[in-house]
Amino acid sequence: MNHVKEQFATKKIAFIFLMIGVAIAITLPVFVGGYVLHMTISILILALFSLSVNLLLGYTGLLSFGQAGFYVVGAYGCAKLLILFPNLPLLGIFGGMAMAIVASILLGFLCVRHTAIYFSMLTLALGMMIYSGIRKIKWLGGGYGLPDLPIGTLFGARMDLIANYYYFVIIVAGIAFYLFYRLLHSPLGLTFQAIRDAETRVAFTGISVRNHRLFCFAIAGAYAGLAGALRAVLYGSVYPLLGHWSTSAEPVIASLLGGMHTFAGPLVGAAVFYAIKDLIFRITDAAWQLPMGIMVVFLAMALRGGIVGSIQQRLLPWMRLRFGSEGSDLSGGSSA
Amino acid sequence: MVDLIYQLLTGFSTGMLYWLIAAGLTIAFGVLGIVNFAHGSLFMLGSYFALVFYDTLEWNFALSIALAMIGVGVVGYIIEKFFLRIVYKQDLEIQLILTFGLILIIAALVLLVWGSAVFFPSVPDSLSGTVSVLGRGFPIYSIFISVAGIAMYFIIRIILGGTWWGRTMRAAASDREMASAIGVNVRSLFSTAFIFSAMIAAFGGAMSIPIKMALPGVGAEVIIPAFVVVAIGSLGSLGGAFLAAIIIGVASSLATFYFPFLNELSVYFIMIIVLVLRPQGLFGKSA
Repeated sequence: MNHVKEQFATKKIAFIFLMIGVAIAITLPVFVGGYVLHMTISILILALFSLSVNLLLGYTGLLSFGQAGFYVVGAYGCAKLLILFPNLPLLGIFGGMAMAIVASILLGFLCVRHTAIYFSMLTLALGMMIYSGIRKIKWLGGGYGLPDLPIGTLFGARMDLIANYYYFVIIVAGIAFYLFYRLLHSPLGLTFQAIRDAETRVAFTGISVRNHRLFCFAIAGAYAGLAGALRAVLYGSVYPLLGHWSTSAEPVIASLLGGMHTFAGPLVGAAVFYAIKDLIFRITDAAWQLPMGIMVVFLAMALRGGIVGSIQQRLLPWMRLRFGSEGSDLSGGSSA
Repeated sequence: MVDLIYQLLTGFSTGMLYWLIAAGLTIAFGVLGIVNFAHGSLFMLGSYFALVFYDTLEWNFALSIALAMIGVGVVGYIIEKFFLRIVYKQDLEIQLILTFGLILIIAALVLLVWGSAVFFPSVPDSLSGTVSVLGRGFPIYSIFISVAGIAMYFIIRIILGGTWWGRTMRAAASDREMASAIGVNVRSLFSTAFIFSAMIAAFGGAMSIPIKMALPGVGAEVIIPAFVVVAIGSLGSLGGAFLAAIIIGVASSLATFYFPFLNELSVYFIMIIVLVLRPQGLFGKSA
């Protein structure tokens, strides 16, 4: 009986947050201009990108420093499809995502045999391979990339108008987040977490650890590719630097900032990281690296569990009290 | 045939620069258990420090290299004492993010001090000119780098294997608690180990100034081939890193000459081939 009550209270909190979020998301274009919409879209893209990193890092225990490789495959796949088949943004975005999945399966074969630092170094190197490869291919614009993409319309709405595109991204990101949530609570997602916590025991139950890692890597590639494709449409251009390893660091930082074992962590982390980055670029212009570096170093040395992790430990017990019951974890995953 | 030998020699000297970065990475990982993303930045700092003494102040080249190594050693001491020490027991991702932040900070400081100034230092007189290799001139400086790289390999081996300091360091690496129980000051030992690894990188960076342009972005670039070298040669193995650096250097040199399209990519293709055939790396123990 008490358990049901707990669940109810936790669900109530989650539901209230969700409804507030949805209400803000729908009405946002009424209140704010293009700049904030652009920023919101960028945050959602970074959040999807961070989900990709977080699925590997927070739920399967693998730190990939090469996710920008799949991000850039998604972006270039989308861009090239848009050039070849103008006026079909859906084809571009999901085609780019599919290419990222293929790329992540191919390169995943090499990476998933390794764990820990070896995995990180391999993903880093293979991501940089994609980056160097793209820079070499003239068909993909070489070092300059592909500017002025023909974005086209979707159901009669011009996707190069920021308000229209905003709703599109909200819907796509909402579905992606929902699927991610379902994944974490499915047997597959639980197997990932079991591999993170006790690899050998999972292997002894007859589950192929390597295949599950590869599967996880492919899903992570899909999310990175989707983020890249959405970015390609947002800016209407792609360039090789999107695949550079310093791009891979951003979602890793956002995940750590938000809290890597939590479901909401990447979204919160992406928003905070983007806000800080925006602020730094605004104040410093060219010398952005110094404050950014100091922020990153501070983050690594001081922050434990991330923002969402800290909220769960401190704020949530208080909220549960207010809602009349002590409940279980709100997070999607196991506690850190 | 002459082309081939010429490219092999060039590749070898390129490989030696990779080796000098990979050596420090290997020592930092083997002894401190830390993966230092910012190691390429220490290489870059070595270049800039050497440029100050050699190009700006016009001091002796050997002295400039030595001073650059000392300068980067001091930087290494600061990094170890104030940053790395805090994350020794942390997870890998914290270490990588911390050292990534250091890359940004070092790049920013270099940009603040030197701006985007471009230096074109000349090769010191005693090392300039060419020797005849099969009837074609080969730069003496490349030979100097190759010899210095090989010499550094043996120096590191002797220091780690033959001196009291090296042996205590290896003891502390394999069992920190036992080492401190018998009276080894593990903390200062780790400090010196990191300074040592930083100075090796600075040596490479300082030597590279006549042939490799110093730019604030170098730190983030050279770390990638160094990671590839360490991955191919098995992380933690000095011999593996040395051999892998030669392979990578020679391969990229040959590719640049025979298949210009593949010059950067050849490094990654070799890595893929090695890791498909030997997932544990050249010198790794099979799992």
